Amino acid sequence: MTEFEKRLLDGYQRGFPLTPRPYAGIAEELGVDEAEVIATLRRLAAEGVVSRVGAVFEPLSVSASTLAAMAVPDDRLAEVAELVNGFAEVNHNYQREHSFNLWFVIIAADEDGVARVIDDIEERTGLEVLDLPMLEGYHLDLGFPLQWN
Amino acid sequence: MELTSTDRALVAAIQNGLPLTPRPYADIGQCIGLGEEEVISALRRMLDGGIIKRLGIVVRHHELGYRANAMVVWDLPDDGIDEIGRRFSGFDFVTLCYRRPRRPPRWPYNLFCMVHGRERPAVLAQVDRLAQSCGVTDAPREVLFSTRRFKQRGPVYAPGPAIEAVS
Repeated sequence: MTEFEKRLLDGYQRGFPLTPRPYAGIAEELGVDEAEVIATLRRLAAEGVVSRVGAVFEPLSVSASTLAAMAVPDDRLAEVAELVNGFAEVNHNYQREHSFNLWFVIIAADEDGVARVIDDIEERTGLEVLDLPMLEGYHLDLGFPLQWN
Repeated sequence: MELTSTDRALVAAIQNGLPLTPRPYADIGQCIGLGEEEVISALRRMLDGGIIKRLGIVVRHHELGYRANAMVVWDLPDDGIDEIGRRFSGFDFVTLCYRRPRRPPRWPYNLFCMVHGRERPAVLAQVDRLAQSCGVTDAPREVLFSTRRFKQRGPVYAPGPAIEAVS
């Protein structure tokens, strides 16, 4: 990471300019030109460091969602993970060290949509899906202060 | 705040990210029939109304060297859990903190927080700090490290055409 990249990632996880030329605004603050900001973000996106530049929505305000967990026998994990990934409604899917070893987030337009995905996964895998919807969110997502080594 | 149909179209249009072009709001507007100023004012309204939590760069921790990704789950008394949740959220290494339902007997935990760190021992020390900060060192808890990422992408909040973030 160059100093410029660090300042970009540290400084603009929130408060992205709501002006007609936001990348030019960032460029001015960081003392580079607009093209360099855009090119750098494109490269970091292509490398996977940056997921996107955009909005993080309060999930419940625009859709319904849940955190789901499954206890999948080891020899079926790859197969079940692939089946779960196949749903457009699934946007994170991780293996974790626990008897509940597969964890994923389901986001749909409404609660019925979430329930349909859960039912479908249970029916197709024969495994129970733990449905753990958010009841209360305590965290204001302000981005993440990065510690550079 | 209630979302208008215009807001919903905008949510769908930007859910994969803003275009990395000099006039991203104008480009988004063109795809859904809005002017640049309308896009900007709708986004500002959604930010002010709490629909948008933040607008900016969304990073992937793993790619930045944060390889220890822990979901920490706690079984806390329902009474007082809100205060603890708020206090946990004040630590900058906690990236998310939610209350969720217990599912007894298989799942007794009702508070979830995400802690990202470069190495596991550091993350475990941070979890200890959390417990001590609220006097809940005796509360049952588990730390679930992730071992494999099968899928990670920006959430799809709304059906509809999305504009590619990287053109």
